[in-house]
Amino acid sequence: MTAPLMTTPLMAATVTDPRLGQDRPGGPLHPGFVRRRASRSTRGIAPGALRVQDLAVTFRSKRAAVRAVREVSFTVEPGRTLVLLGESGSGKSVSARATLRLYGDRVDVEGSATLADLDLFGLSEAEMRAVRGKSLGFVPQDAGGSLDPLRRIGAQVAEVVRWHGVERTRRAARDRAVDLLAQVGIPDPGRVARAYPHELSGGMRQRALIAIAISCGPRVLIADEPTTALDVTIQAQVLELFARLQDELGMGLLMVTHDVGVAEQVADRVAVMYAGRLVEEGPGAVVLSQPAHPYTAGLLGAVPTPETPRGGLQAIAGQPPPAGAVVADGCAFADRCAFAVEACRRESPPLAEVGPGHRAACPVVGGSVVGRAVVGGPAVGGPVAVGQPVRGVSHPEGPAS
Amino acid sequence: MSRAPLLLAENLTKRFGNGVLAVDDVSLTVYPGETVGIVGESGCGKSTTGKLILRLLEPDAGYVAFDGRNLGPIAGQQLRDIRAQLQLVPQNPQTSLNPRRTVAEAVIFNLRAHGWPRHRAARRAAELLDRVGIPAAYLRRYPHELSGGQLQRVAIARALSTDPKLIVCDEAVSALDKSVQAQVLNLLVELQQERGVAYLFISHDLGVVEHLSDRVVVMYLGRVVEEGTASELWRNPTHPYTAALLSSTPGRDRQPLVLAGDLPNPADPPSGCGFRTRCPFALDACAEQRPAMAPAEGTGAHRAACLRSTDDLAFPVRRGAA
Amino acid sequence: MSVVELPASLPDLPVPGIGGTARATHRRHIPLTVIIPGTFILLLILAAIFAPVVAPYGPTAGSIANRLQPIGSPGHLLGTDEQGWDILSRLIWGARPSLLEGIVPVVVAGVIGTFLGVVAALAGRRTHTLIMRCLDVLYSFPAVLLAIALAAALGAGVVNAIVALSIVLIAPIARVAETEVARIRSADFMEAARASGASWPSIVVRQVLPNIGPVLLVYCTAMVGLAIVFAGGLSLLGLGVPPPAAEWGSMLSTLDQDLYTQPVLALIPAIMIFVTSIAFNVLGDGLRDLLDVRSETVS
Repeated sequence: MTAPLMTTPLMAATVTDPRLGQDRPGGPLHPGFVRRRASRSTRGIAPGALRVQDLAVTFRSKRAAVRAVREVSFTVEPGRTLVLLGESGSGKSVSARATLRLYGDRVDVEGSATLADLDLFGLSEAEMRAVRGKSLGFVPQDAGGSLDPLRRIGAQVAEVVRWHGVERTRRAARDRAVDLLAQVGIPDPGRVARAYPHELSGGMRQRALIAIAISCGPRVLIADEPTTALDVTIQAQVLELFARLQDELGMGLLMVTHDVGVAEQVADRVAVMYAGRLVEEGPGAVVLSQPAHPYTAGLLGAVPTPETPRGGLQAIAGQPPPAGAVVADGCAFADRCAFAVEACRRESPPLAEVGPGHRAACPVVGGSVVGRAVVGGPAVGGPVAVGQPVRGVSHPEGPAS
Repeated sequence: MSRAPLLLAENLTKRFGNGVLAVDDVSLTVYPGETVGIVGESGCGKSTTGKLILRLLEPDAGYVAFDGRNLGPIAGQQLRDIRAQLQLVPQNPQTSLNPRRTVAEAVIFNLRAHGWPRHRAARRAAELLDRVGIPAAYLRRYPHELSGGQLQRVAIARALSTDPKLIVCDEAVSALDKSVQAQVLNLLVELQQERGVAYLFISHDLGVVEHLSDRVVVMYLGRVVEEGTASELWRNPTHPYTAALLSSTPGRDRQPLVLAGDLPNPADPPSGCGFRTRCPFALDACAEQRPAMAPAEGTGAHRAACLRSTDDLAFPVRRGAA
Repeated sequence: MSVVELPASLPDLPVPGIGGTARATHRRHIPLTVIIPGTFILLLILAAIFAPVVAPYGPTAGSIANRLQPIGSPGHLLGTDEQGWDILSRLIWGARPSLLEGIVPVVVAGVIGTFLGVVAALAGRRTHTLIMRCLDVLYSFPAVLLAIALAAALGAGVVNAIVALSIVLIAPIARVAETEVARIRSADFMEAARASGASWPSIVVRQVLPNIGPVLLVYCTAMVGLAIVFAGGLSLLGLGVPPPAAEWGSMLSTLDQDLYTQPVLALIPAIMIFVTSIAFNVLGDGLRDLLDVRSETVS
């Protein structure tokens, strides 16, 4: 994909040009835009929701235009967490990055994104740069590759702090950097501030990235698979850190992940993506226990729990389509769906209300909770039992012969 | 136990050139037809243990006995013959298959390595690949044309080709999407039911390990910290590290037990119990001596290496429990 | 209501769309970089083999009265040399030794060099050091000088030239082989191959060689071009194939006296060497592309 080569929070804070260093901070701002010195936290500033409507992202190359994301809408309420859940190629990372306008010229982004009442897609590049990193924090996935290996941690944090005008002097920025490192739970922050990235463990580096992301008190934090590369006990620490920071700073959190366990732990709301579209969206507790879309049910059923009998994992046949794969008319999941009927292949189902605050893009099932036998293959006509929660369901006779 | 163990590893120890003690006095047993899981996070030595058992690495101390024979002194052709019984499914399906050989050739190579003539090898390869769900059209494809899940099936077919008694799955599903992972796990279970092959399943994902395994071994910093049946560990973990791992896996209905701090530097582990620097229940005594594997609550098979294994430690309870 | 019970594991369905699985067949179109030089070289080889039939004259047929006729003279498409012999015929006759001196050393050195490189990369440290340092000694001589020195020591003649060139080419080929094997030595599929219980020779033949083959092929075809040039140089110096035998390099040496009077004629053998060398180079590149299993996929 034509994403920028490397996306550090500093880049997210300052540039979109993939050629690092081309655009130094402090460049000319739009004359109408005033750089304000932000206070130390967002308390006192009216919180704002991040609303994304009808997002569509198309990657253009010489040969083809690839539609990675289409008709995606979601809202991150202040102080709450929305999880974008999906497998590889679902378009979840692309959606998050497109919201931040991290893509350059060769990518078409349509739709709208607003933070409080600020129209993000209407801003000039310079204005967006001021928003990114300050009001919109970004935590990228690969902690190893996202920090400048040649600069000390403290300097990297301080740079963002100074560029956004949170602190003016070097010394104040340095002190603030150490404070931030402490705030994210790094022990001995003074020493760590003087260290280089390669001297820290993965968990520490991720915390440093989080420190950079929250350094200017963002209203919304966007985290792209922040714990994927971490061990599970470190992941637990980082998730706990996110929760604590949310409490302290009152910020909204958009977390992109493929891990159902992570979603379970942090999500207030969950939006499930498949093949570039939203297939289900609703309160976390509801979506993760009583899904209304066959794909969500399949995703949940694929995760082994102690109750799942051996060999009875609900496996969806086939594999997710590669990112941006051309999907003919109809529901992208139809080929793998046990509930698919003729109509499913003809038109792509829209998101429809299936419960309070809960939408799903499946007219066949929608409304009923998806039961067993999501295990797919070609469409099987005929009625299917519905009405059982997915969790804890056992496969009565084991695999059919 | 009246039946003889298929695999017996005793006191395996391996130190690497950079001074890291990757595997420290690890012992484990696998009986025919069962699945033993080794679980732990990065740097715990589980993969290295797998390689020591496969004799892809030589232990500094300890021995491995397979099917009643000590593998240590065996070398050359004899060792190669034994390998037919002791196979491997590696982690990364994209790189564990030769990119310049077709899928069928990957399986055929294993068979021909053990003397199968070409025709029969080709036929058996086709049968096996069909059994694991690779359509015939894919036999002549190259690895880069198949998905991760398909490639892992090929790797399983390759491992199965010589009818092994034990297959070491080294993070065999970790690189796959969850829905594909479920397919492969189901396949492994079916194959075990059909053929009675034993698995040594190495993974960092406790949920997967528990789902698949009869018995589980938990490792930390090169040492075994707890072992027992899967249900014992799930219902009643004794070692704080196991409890922490459990609480972070989905579907547990538990408050996460969040550990403090980072993994210690493996080249310079803490004295006494390696886990004490992050353990919420550590005592002073934990720094003095390395805890021995002690039976938990008197049952022989469930053991933990913790000075407090018989104490009733307050691990976080289920949400909603009275 | 009936419950749909389906097997818990189903094969993956092929997924249409971007990606290698989209292609149903392995139709590989042969690139021009293979066809054009390949045809040229093939024709050249055929001409060399069938020289008595193809060449209009014998290699030393002609009278000195007919010397240095320009290109396009009746009966002599490319003119005559300073002895009155037909240049075109001598080029065809000379293709035999020239091509032999180009191809055979590369084949010989290719086999020996690959073997040494593979052994060096896969055997223990001491063997590796021993082999590589010996090769370093060879490698430290500039190739041209080494070829000249060896050929001079062995004496003139095609066979000696071939031997000299073979020795010269062993070291670079072995190095390339060693680098390539070292690159894949710790790959996962190598570990899997060891775990399968295969013996080292079978691992080398069936797992290693297919991986290093393409790189070596490109390198060796480039070496052919180089060897032809070297051979020409050796003959030019009186080693290799001395006059009056037809060989492109020695033709150059005899014609160079007339470089100022008949420059075009004098350059013809040089052009022949040049074109042949380029043809092998381009062929090598083309073959590598042809053999690349990934060449059809869109990433």
